[in-house]
Amino acid sequence: MSVDMQLVKELENKATDIRKMMIDYVQHVGVAHLGGPLSCLDVSVALYYHYMNWEPKDFKAPGRDRFILSKGHNADLLYNIFCDMGLFSKEEIYSEYNHLNGRFGQHPNRFYLPMFEVSAGSLGHGLPLATGYAVGARASGDNYRVFCMTGDGELDEGSNWEALMFAAKQQLGNLILIVDKNQIMGTGFTEVVMPLLSLEDKFRSFGWDVLTVKDGNDMIQVCEALEQLPERNCQSKKKPLAIIFNTIKGYGVSYMENTPSWHLGSVDDEKAVEAYASIESHRKYGKE
Amino acid sequence: MAGFVFNFDIMAPMMRARDMVPITLMEAMEKNPNIMYWVADGVTRGSIGADMQEKWPDRVMDTGIAEADLVGAAAGAALSGKICVCQTFSCFMTMRATDQILLDVAYNETPVCLIGTHGGVTSGGGPTHNAMQDIAVMRDMPNMTVVVAADANQCVLALKDFLNNPRPMFIRIPQGDEPLVYATDDYGFEVGKSVTMVDGDDITVIGTGCGALYAKNAAEELAKEGIHVRAIDMHTIKPLDVEVIIKAAKETGKIITVEDHEKSCGLGSSVANVLAENGLGIRFKKLGIPDEFAKLGYAAEIHGYYGYDTAGIIKVVKEML
Repeated sequence: MSVDMQLVKELENKATDIRKMMIDYVQHVGVAHLGGPLSCLDVSVALYYHYMNWEPKDFKAPGRDRFILSKGHNADLLYNIFCDMGLFSKEEIYSEYNHLNGRFGQHPNRFYLPMFEVSAGSLGHGLPLATGYAVGARASGDNYRVFCMTGDGELDEGSNWEALMFAAKQQLGNLILIVDKNQIMGTGFTEVVMPLLSLEDKFRSFGWDVLTVKDGNDMIQVCEALEQLPERNCQSKKKPLAIIFNTIKGYGVSYMENTPSWHLGSVDDEKAVEAYASIESHRKYGKE
Repeated sequence: MAGFVFNFDIMAPMMRARDMVPITLMEAMEKNPNIMYWVADGVTRGSIGADMQEKWPDRVMDTGIAEADLVGAAAGAALSGKICVCQTFSCFMTMRATDQILLDVAYNETPVCLIGTHGGVTSGGGPTHNAMQDIAVMRDMPNMTVVVAADANQCVLALKDFLNNPRPMFIRIPQGDEPLVYATDDYGFEVGKSVTMVDGDDITVIGTGCGALYAKNAAEELAKEGIHVRAIDMHTIKPLDVEVIIKAAKETGKIITVEDHEKSCGLGSSVANVLAENGLGIRFKKLGIPDEFAKLGYAAEIHGYYGYDTAGIIKVVKEML
């Protein structure tokens, strides 16, 4: 599948900028989730800046595509994306982060920050919510798509598999599951802690269509997959779509990559310099 | 024996609360296209629910035996703008899906009404099917309104309150075939305001759910002996009608609570909190299930065994006077 290389460059440049923002962010807020946000950063950027029908100026537009963040700890990433989009300033985040009267928690609250569709944090909640959201959209005749982003570790939760069955039964062609398969959960590797084996086989046997992105941190491959998103039609009765993005936890910062302990962390000045250089060196298609 | 009939100690007119929910909802769904009905393996062939599902396949959802998805998906539909009513066994809904109720409904403040059927020991199915902790769990959740319906009419009134003002709400109903506590539905039911069914100044009996019926029956029986019991139907556990409790404590000096629920964290402890926090050191007794898994059997027998039916209340009243 051919993709627009200009778009790939723009999105990769944006992803690189956001990665750098994450480092500045963690230096200011002290401790933040880093591994997970860095692994799903590329697909998140591609969705928010291009593939979703979602405008920061009008983030409550009735027809917007809905993004249900199930891995709530990735709020750390979305704060930076929304900040880059102009929804609030760095100063606002840095002064309010995880403070009593602040809006920015370690996990998002939709009343404090209404650009988040749901208040999240506890894993295994997003997919049932997203399926219900897609059912509600169909019943209302609303032609938006519902995206749900989960991690892979959280797929251990049984609630996901209840929702997978229900979504297939309802033939929710307006639902897209995005799996950030970075193979690391809180304490270790998913295949050690609780083997998921083949998610593709599992999802297919549950009645879903599945796309696999071999390298979910490669913007060409991310775009190739997202070019295949379903149309915005809530009455479309077909298999719901799961896209599995194979990613690297901590991607872009060499010393964080594939290291479970970087799920949550802090970065000193020396480590920050190293991080910026590493992030820049990961650029493949963007700025010369 | 041709079918089982609940052996309540008086036989008042009966109505099945479980049936009244779909009947009420069907009328509401005709008028409001935003209302959805969610069940977990709850559409019986030939039932009203089946008619509803045939009529509105996109608005009546059955998630199968999957309570986490039942509540989570209903909350998701509610986020999309729908008003959702979920119905299944209270024990499975409030225990299996506690996390979804707490976070997807209460924390996200979604307009979802959770109707827990077979409250208390009314299923007759034993400890796996008893809802002994549902009031305890639900009353502890911020943003949650908790109603324990005394009869089918009251269940309908509570449901209508939700439909008029959709918000996180739990309505607990018994199994079915329960006698009506109220002959009509025009007694001024209001969520958060208890009903004084019988007035009296000797002692107060506060009941919830079937406890309300037993309280009323006991008051009527004791009146024949010249004992004047104030019988209160505390149908709303949260928000609790605090003023009525304080007034009863001051005017009657003795309170008994009655509930088909474990008595350490339900109606009784809600009332006890009010008494303690207001410095009302009166004589007080909680009736309900003690700290154990209830015996096997049908509801009336279990209620009697643990002494929270009409006869049990009468006995305790006489002890306390």
